[in-house]
Amino acid sequence: MRTEIRIAGFGGQGVVLAGLLLGEAAIRDGKQAVQTQSYGPESRGGAARSEVLISDEKIDYPKVIEADVLVALSQEAFDKFRPFVKENGAVIIDRDLVKVKEDRLRSVPFTKMADTLGKKVVANSVMLGYLVASTRVISAESMQAVIREKVPKHTIDLNLQAFDKGIEFWRQER
Amino acid sequence: MDREQYNQVIKAIGKRDLFAQGDEAYAYGALLAGCRFFAGYPITPATETAEVMSLLLPRVGGTHIQMEDEIASMGAVIGASLAGVKSMTVTSGPGFSLMQENIGYACMVEAPCVVVDVQRSGPSTGQPTEPSQGDIMQARWGSHGDYEIIALSPNSVQESLNLTIECFNHSERYRNPVLLMTDGEVGHMREGITIPDYGEYEVHEREKPRKPAGEYVPFLPEEGKVPRIADFGCGYHTYLTGLTHKPSGLPATDDAAVHTRLVTRLARKSPKILTSSPELKNSTWTTLRPPSSVTGSPLEQLRMRLRSCVPKVGKSAIFD
Amino acid sequence: MKRNDRIRREYLSRFANRSYFMQGDESVAYGSLYAGCDFFAGYPITPASEVAEVMSAELPRVDGYYIQMEDELASLSAVIGAVWAGAKAMTATSGPGFSLMQENIGYAVMTETPCVIVNVQRSGPSTGQATKPAQGDIMQARWGTHGDHEIIALAPNSVQECFDLAIEAFNLSEEYRTPVIILMDGEVGHMREKITMPPVDKVKIRERKLTTGDELLFGGELIPPMAEFGIGRFIHVTGSTHKESGIRDVESQQAHHTLVTRLCKKIADNRDRIIRFEESCLEDADFAVVSYGATARPAAGAVLRARSEDKKVGMLRLITIWPFPESKVRELGARVRKIFVPEMNLGQLSREVERFVGCEVVSIPKIGGIAHTIDEIYSALKGEV
Repeated sequence: MRTEIRIAGFGGQGVVLAGLLLGEAAIRDGKQAVQTQSYGPESRGGAARSEVLISDEKIDYPKVIEADVLVALSQEAFDKFRPFVKENGAVIIDRDLVKVKEDRLRSVPFTKMADTLGKKVVANSVMLGYLVASTRVISAESMQAVIREKVPKHTIDLNLQAFDKGIEFWRQER
Repeated sequence: MDREQYNQVIKAIGKRDLFAQGDEAYAYGALLAGCRFFAGYPITPATETAEVMSLLLPRVGGTHIQMEDEIASMGAVIGASLAGVKSMTVTSGPGFSLMQENIGYACMVEAPCVVVDVQRSGPSTGQPTEPSQGDIMQARWGSHGDYEIIALSPNSVQESLNLTIECFNHSERYRNPVLLMTDGEVGHMREGITIPDYGEYEVHEREKPRKPAGEYVPFLPEEGKVPRIADFGCGYHTYLTGLTHKPSGLPATDDAAVHTRLVTRLARKSPKILTSSPELKNSTWTTLRPPSSVTGSPLEQLRMRLRSCVPKVGKSAIFD
Repeated sequence: MKRNDRIRREYLSRFANRSYFMQGDESVAYGSLYAGCDFFAGYPITPASEVAEVMSAELPRVDGYYIQMEDELASLSAVIGAVWAGAKAMTATSGPGFSLMQENIGYAVMTETPCVIVNVQRSGPSTGQATKPAQGDIMQARWGTHGDHEIIALAPNSVQECFDLAIEAFNLSEEYRTPVIILMDGEVGHMREKITMPPVDKVKIRERKLTTGDELLFGGELIPPMAEFGIGRFIHVTGSTHKESGIRDVESQQAHHTLVTRLCKKIADNRDRIIRFEESCLEDADFAVVSYGATARPAAGAVLRARSEDKKVGMLRLITIWPFPESKVRELGARVRKIFVPEMNLGQLSREVERFVGCEVVSIPKIGGIAHTIDEIYSALKGEV
C-alpha cells in the first residue's frame, strides 16, 4: 500500500525536517520511503513543502499524486493543496494559521501547543506526534528513535515532549 | 546614427577604401552600427579588434575599457548596453568559455549586445595562433538552461564588416545577445574593403518605450514578443535580474507558469528571423535565401552559405 | 596503494550493509568516498551544496582534503591540480557554476585529467529559479566548452543510483583519463530515499594507471599512463596543444590533429564499453519513451499505465547521456513507430534522438521547476498511440 503525505507551510516551520523524519522512521519500520521537497530562495517566510511516500513496495514515482494526508501549516498551503487530497483522505491544519469553515478537518493548535513548551519551533514535532498517532502509517517508537538521532542534541528532550503532546492531543480528541 | 555621427566615424577611420583585417572590420562595422562601448580582454586572434576600438572609440565619443578578464568584460558590456549604449566585446575560445554564464544572463535580462568569437584551435588554450571553427556548437549550447541564440558567420573581410552591423541590428531588434562566429582565418586575413556610404546600410536604433514612466512595464512587450527598453537613468523605474521574473522585472522563482511564460517567450522571440528580417531580405550586400530555396547550378549552391542559424524550438506535446 | 587508503577503508567499513535515508546529493558524496575520492573543492550553490556539506564533514575523517574556493573557476582548477598531485578529486555545482567551469572543463579534457564534476541541474538560464529542478544543461554538458572534445556524462534517477554512478564516474574518469560529469537534477539531488551502502571491499575501484618508467604521458597509446607531481620525473602539463611528451607544440597542424583526434577517439571508440541504459517492455513495443534522470520515474509510471490498457509502449532509460547511445537509439527507431522524449527542458535530448531515427520523435518538454507527472506524460502518449 502506498501512502502519500504532503506537509506544506512556510520556510522556518520545519516542514522539510518533518518530512525527513517521517521518511527516516518509515525506513526504520522496514518500509520503503521517498521524501521530496520544494522551497523558495528565502530561508524563512517563503512557501515550503515536503512530500513523503511510504510503501511496502519499491516506489517508482516519487511525488504525491493525490494525498492521503495533507498537513497545512499556512493559509496559502491549505488553499493550494486542499483540492489534491483523496476523498477520504485526512486534512490536518494548524487552527491558528488556517482559517477555514469545513467539517471533517483535523484542526489542531500545533504552534500554540509548542509555545506552551517554551519554543514555537517545535510545532513540527507536535504535528508529527499527532500525525503518527492519527494515521498510524509508522510507529511512534521509530519516530521517537529518529527524533533522538536527528534533532540537535540540546533539543532532543524538548522535541520528544512536543511529540508526546501531539499524541496526547489526538487521544483526548478521540 | 545620423550623418554627422557617420562622418565622425569615417573621419576616425581615415578613409573609406581600406586594406584591412577581419578583426579590424568587426570594429569598423561596430562603429558604423553605432557601437560606442567596448569592454574586453586581449586574446589571440581577437586582440586587433580591441586595438582598433581603443584607438577609435575615444574619437567618436565612445568608451573602451580593458577589463580584468572575460567574465568582467561581458558584465561591463551588459551594463553599458542597459545604460543605453550599443556595446560589444570580442574574444576567442577560452574567453568565450568564460563568458558563458554572462551570455545566459544577457539572454535572461534581454540585453542587446554583440559578442565576436574569433575562433582558434581548441579545446583549452590549444593552438592560440591557429584558426578553427570548433566553437559552433558551444555558441548554441554553451550556457546553462534553455535559451535561443542568433549567430552569424562571415567568410570575407567585407562581410565581416557587413555582418557586424547586422549583428547589432538583430541584437537591438530582438533584444538578445548576438554572436558573430568568425574564425582566426577571416579575423587575420587582409582584404580590400569599402566602407558603405551613409544611407547605404540600415541601422536599427533601439526603440524607446511608448508608455510614460508610470505605466511602463519593463518585461511586458508593448507589441510582438520583444519588450522595449527603458535605459538606466532615463527616469523610468526598471528592475533587472537573472532570476525568473514577472513582467514587472521582479523575481518570481516559485511560480512555474511565470518561468514557462518567460523562457518560452525568450526562446520564441526570434525564430522568424530568416523570413522577417528586413536587412536579410533586402540587404545591399548579401542575399540570403533559406536553405529550402537553394536551387541553381552547383556553383550557385556552393556560394550559398548559411550565414544565419536560428535553431528551431522542439515540437511540444504539452505546451504547444 | 595510496597513503590514506587504509584509513579510508577502515572508516567506510562502518557503513557496510547499512541502510540510510538520505538525499541524492549526500548519496553521490558517499559514493565518491567509496570510489576513493580524497579531495573536494567547490563553491556552495543550491541545489548542490549538500554534496559539499557531506564532503566537508567526511573528508577529514578519511585523511582527505576539503576546500571551499572563492568561486567555481577556482574550484575546478583546484580539483585539476589535486589530481596531478595524486588525489582523486571532484567538485559539485549547478547551472551558473557549471557555466563558470566550462573553460576548465576543456582544460581537464586537454590535459587528460581524471576528475568528477557533479552538476545538480536547476532551472535556468542564468540564476533562473534557484531552488527548482531542471534538466536544462544536457546539451551544455556536451558542448559547453570551446573546441572539439568528447565527454562522458551520467544521469542517475534514484538516490541509490547516485551512489552507484558516483563510483562508476570515478572509475570511468580513471579508465579513460578524462573528466566525467554526473548530470543530476535538483529533483534527484534533493530527494530522500533508502540506500544501502556495500562493504568497501566489494566495490570495484579502477585505480589510476601510473607511469612505471619513462613512458610518454600524452600519447604513444590511446590512453597513456599518468605521472604525479613530485615523483622525481619531469612532467609538463599544458592546455595548449602538445606533443606526446607533453611539451607545447602550438604551430604544428599534425600535432594538434594527432592529439585532439586521440582525445575524441579514446571515448568514441569505447562507446560500447562506456554506455549503459535500461530497457523495459521494449520487446514487442510499437512506441517507445526515451527518458533519463528524475523524469524517467513518471515516464515509467506512464508506460505502465499504457501497458495496463494494452498499448504497446516500452521504455529506454538512458543512464549514460554522453557519449550518446547512438546505435541503441538507431536500432530502436527502426522498429517503433514513434519515440516520446519527456524531459525537464524545452526539448534538448529529443533533438539528439531525432538525429538517429527515421520515425517521428515527439518531445514532451516541461520547464518551470516542477517535474512531469505520470498524468502529463500519459496524456501526451495517449493522444498519439
